[in-house]
Amino acid sequence: MGRAAPLSFVCAVAHLAGAYFSSRNRLRGQGGGGRLIWQQLINGLVTGSTYALIALGYTMVYGVLQLINFAHGEIYMAGAFAGLLLVTAAELPFLAALVLAMVIAACVGVVVEFVAYRPLRRSSRLAVLISAIGMSIFLQNLGLWIFGPSTRSFLPPFPVVSFEIGGLRTNTLHLLTLAVALAMMVGLQFLVARTKMGKAMRAVAQDREAAALMGISVNRTIAFTFAIGSALAAAAGVMVGMLFNAVTPTMGIMPGLKGFVAAVLGGIGHIPGAMLGGLVLGMIEVLGVALLSSQWRDAIAFAILILVLLYRPSGLLGKPAPEKV
Amino acid sequence: MLVIDGVVTHYGPIEALKGVSLEVRQGEIVTLIGANGAGKTTLLRTISGLIRPTHGRITYEGRDLFSMPPEQIVAAGVAHVPEGRRVFPLMSVAENLELGAFARRDPAGVREDMERVFRLFPRLAERKTQAAGTLSGGEQQMLAIGRALMARPRLLLLDEPSMGLAPVIVENIFQVIREINAAGTTILLVEQNAHMALATAHRGYVMETGRIVLSDSADRLLKNEAVRKAYLGG
Repeated sequence: MGRAAPLSFVCAVAHLAGAYFSSRNRLRGQGGGGRLIWQQLINGLVTGSTYALIALGYTMVYGVLQLINFAHGEIYMAGAFAGLLLVTAAELPFLAALVLAMVIAACVGVVVEFVAYRPLRRSSRLAVLISAIGMSIFLQNLGLWIFGPSTRSFLPPFPVVSFEIGGLRTNTLHLLTLAVALAMMVGLQFLVARTKMGKAMRAVAQDREAAALMGISVNRTIAFTFAIGSALAAAAGVMVGMLFNAVTPTMGIMPGLKGFVAAVLGGIGHIPGAMLGGLVLGMIEVLGVALLSSQWRDAIAFAILILVLLYRPSGLLGKPAPEKV
Repeated sequence: MLVIDGVVTHYGPIEALKGVSLEVRQGEIVTLIGANGAGKTTLLRTISGLIRPTHGRITYEGRDLFSMPPEQIVAAGVAHVPEGRRVFPLMSVAENLELGAFARRDPAGVREDMERVFRLFPRLAERKTQAAGTLSGGEQQMLAIGRALMARPRLLLLDEPSMGLAPVIVENIFQVIREINAAGTTILLVEQNAHMALATAHRGYVMETGRIVLSDSADRLLKNEAVRKAYLGG
């Protein structure tokens, strides 16, 4: 499979789905099914961009620690709550609240690493994985204890205007979500490729011991990676909180798993892969929902996980693990 | 310059170093020879902080290295070229060299040193933008040494620089090791190729199962009957 394969795959599915809708609608004498599918794809792009933000945290942490941070969904939840409280209780302007929520989530991520993972640095991977699951459950319950189980409304603190582009309906909140996700990805790409800390992250991911011999503080680099991944998850949490007008202590479970699927789909440990995996997952989900029904949404995501693990465990962009010389 | 005194290091329950003492003086090339599993690599890893020793003292220029993390040991002026080269395979040659200078804050000096590495190893200059994982074994060894030099170390630890390389390339690498030493860097060299190592070094230590069993000038070790039998093929 080449680089273009994922894209052509999505296009093919979209084409088939479009054909399906047009034929169904022709029976009803309506037409315009192609438009409906493009409408769905816009929604898929918005959801997918939030999956991508979550997936980036998984993939970066996996890169430096070979660990699936199963508490990542809870950090997303913490970010959503932080954003909600900063907008409602502290009445901060939206962008300030978003940035501050990211900072708060980054701190939570660093504390999680320090408490749950760092003491197990030399333990088996199974022990760390169990610690991760424990941390996830702990944070959910901490959220329930602090905020209670009821769903809170998260109305965007700015007017949401709906409009049409080329016959497709969208609104300013969708566009803002895409813009935030895009800005984060560009920023991350710059950070990883150009900054000293980014180079340290890549060095630790490729060879932790050799990185230490370069004078890189491995612990500090790992903490930094958690901070960045957590901040991205918080951005996703705030945007999704507003998109669904809902924030709850258990909101991180499903998006956390979806982000993980997206990271695996793109190739775990591969940063552009996580971005692509998130977008592709979002699109496939909406297309599946359009073709089947919305009850299938989660099943589709996990079917993708199983298929990727069976047939292409290195993901869309990941290369099969190179042999160590 | 470097004084190691009674160092004991464990891998889990296994005692890999059983009280090792040795000394490296300013300006020397000191070699440590011995069979596979004698503990040579463990000693280098203990010096550079990758493994914590359980007992003993390690002092470098009067400073205690015993409980320092690796990044501080690098900053103190000790660079380690690890066994198996361990270059960053997905990064370019230039990026690998930049990482070698990670702890430094003098961009002008770093540029200067990169030019110096390219003069020592012209092959690396030709492959500046190539991913390190695609280099040949010899080129990777050159890169690993160049990367360590980028830290501008006063003491260079070299672990098996000849491993798996063709004789011509080994000659070339040892020539560069002598040049690096002549330019003022002290070297502690671990080698299985005892002949090459003793021909290059000023002094040598022989290690067996976690202990130093012999130490002398390199010339005398080359002529030593026991050493000839065990490590030089008779």
